[in-house]
Amino acid sequence: MLPMELTGSLGIVGYGLGAIGPGIGVGLIFAAVIEGTARQPEARGVMLSTAFIGFALTEALAIIGIALAFVFGGL
Amino acid sequence: MSGWTGMVPMEGFEAPGVESFDLPSLFPGVPGLEWFNRYMLQALVAFGLVLAFWLVMARKNAMVPGKAQFIGESAYGFIRNTLGRDMIGHDFRKYLPFLMALFSFILLNNLWGIFPLTLLPTASHVGWAYGMTAMVWVLYNAIGIKKFGFGGYLRHATLPPGVPTWMYPLIIPLEFLSNILVRPLTLSLRLFANMFAGHLLVLVFVLGGEYLLLHSEPLVNKVAGVASLIFSMAIFGLELFVQILQAYIFTVLTAQYISSATAEEH
Repeated sequence: MLPMELTGSLGIVGYGLGAIGPGIGVGLIFAAVIEGTARQPEARGVMLSTAFIGFALTEALAIIGIALAFVFGGL
Repeated sequence: MSGWTGMVPMEGFEAPGVESFDLPSLFPGVPGLEWFNRYMLQALVAFGLVLAFWLVMARKNAMVPGKAQFIGESAYGFIRNTLGRDMIGHDFRKYLPFLMALFSFILLNNLWGIFPLTLLPTASHVGWAYGMTAMVWVLYNAIGIKKFGFGGYLRHATLPPGVPTWMYPLIIPLEFLSNILVRPLTLSLRLFANMFAGHLLVLVFVLGGEYLLLHSEPLVNKVAGVASLIFSMAIFGLELFVQILQAYIFTVLTAQYISSATAEEH
């Protein structure tokens, strides 16, 4: 049997775990927009502009995570 | 391990990383100009283009707009209505030039990431994001201090109305942290990390595809390399969307910080 050897940074695994939360959050935001559009189609524009701000705030967590994965990758 | 390494297709591949963003100086050896790298050149060109665009757009205003004037007026109307009026409110006119300059400068700098001759977003070097955020931070705090005075602004920024007295020790440090300290951090890191991660993604697909196609032997690897190169086009599409969105988000959040620094208590 071949000895299994994994090399690399554990920071990337941590980033994968850290991306779960923002993933769920972004999904919830756009699910709410879709549902809101189905209920009241004319409010789509207003909802979308708010949704994009919320999307950026949520996505920032995942994005900061990937920067930190590089920062702590050398440790 | 010799049998094992044959199964690893990317043996000699140097994966792109943080060091891919350390670009050499454009004038190596010239004293006093070592700091002038590609980021600096791109930002200066973007500055010139933005300046030229708005100067040309503002110069001739015909009653019946032509094509060029229509583009300029649409851009102006978009920024004024969705960024200025909706976010800041009735006092938005004072801050409109700043928002327009910020939006067009960041947008152009981000678009360098998909422009074929440059292929490098300026804000993927963190210093540029820090610089633009420092400007925004000084601006919105100065606006608040000018309106309420120093103590008044601190009170305004750290104490939301309607908080019971016994919660002051909890609320004041938290609000100070979130409004004064964390805001510039997230604003700069959001722009930087989006551009950084996007450019890194492009590098992984293009360089990895190139390596698989040209520098590795088995036919399967060459097919995978072609697939990777084709897929990198989709990544470029995603990048275009993200770059426009991030320029918009940066300006929206700037407008929101200005509006929260000047908002009257209701």
